[in-house]
Amino acid sequence: MKARVFITLKNGVLDPQGKAIHHALEGLGFSGVNDVRAGKMIELDLTDGTSDVDIEDMCRKLLANTVIENFRIERLETA
Amino acid sequence: MKSAVVVFPGSNCDRDLAVALEQITGRKPAMVWHKDAELPDGTDFIGIPGGFSYGDYLRSGAMAARSPVMTAVKEAAERGVPVIGICNGFQVLTEAGLLPGALMRNARLSFVCRNVPLRVENSQSLFTAGYQAGETVTFPVAHHDGNYQADPEALDRLEGEGRVAFRYLEECNGSARDIAGILNDAGNVLGLMPHPERVVEAAHGGTDGRRLFEGLLETVA
Repeated sequence: MKARVFITLKNGVLDPQGKAIHHALEGLGFSGVNDVRAGKMIELDLTDGTSDVDIEDMCRKLLANTVIENFRIERLETA
Repeated sequence: MKSAVVVFPGSNCDRDLAVALEQITGRKPAMVWHKDAELPDGTDFIGIPGGFSYGDYLRSGAMAARSPVMTAVKEAAERGVPVIGICNGFQVLTEAGLLPGALMRNARLSFVCRNVPLRVENSQSLFTAGYQAGETVTFPVAHHDGNYQADPEALDRLEGEGRVAFRYLEECNGSARDIAGILNDAGNVLGLMPHPERVVEAAHGGTDGRRLFEGLLETVA
């Protein structure tokens, strides 16, 4: 079983990386971009039966710094 | 003073800190590897050095904050043992929850490496007793992730309780309210981005950092 954890900066937290990407996009002539926020995605390969609570615990204890970051968990169903 | 310096894979200011401590306290600190679960008996001062622990993987200081030795550091901090985290050490202490807030990528995305003037905001702490409140000192900084951020309530609390120890006197990295160093609520844990251990010898460009360690030596020993 796989799960993806998406980690993003909380609203209101300055994202210098997103700003730099935004500038670079504008430099390439993409004028329709209002804002850019950069984050990260972590893919976990988990033992079947790993609960949502366990994954959330992993996020809170290590994967995200909840002072500045939000996380969202997406389970990938394997065929 | 029986000091200990924690060494993580990727620490690179551990020897600078050890040399400064030995010069000032007259005693070599114990170098404690991150996998050790215990600190030497009688440790009465702990230094978390600068560097790039674990290659800054995930977030600066994130992996180091969860390494075995940090359980012992937290226990010691709760008992009142003074702990200083410098640069990457400050990042480790925030990630470990020993200090509030977080250190993010510098506002201009560039690595900042220069001497910066700082104001000593609080001369009442263990670490700043050797300074006058309001005094200007110059410490070098060398970091990419020194942009201190916390929510407005946490910042107000730090200010209100006199827990901002050092403040940048010029724009450095985008830190909220120009905060360069903070104390925990008990006052025995200090985290700061600038490097006092690099300015303890005149031959190295300054001695403004000396009094931090001298002050500690007086209060601890």
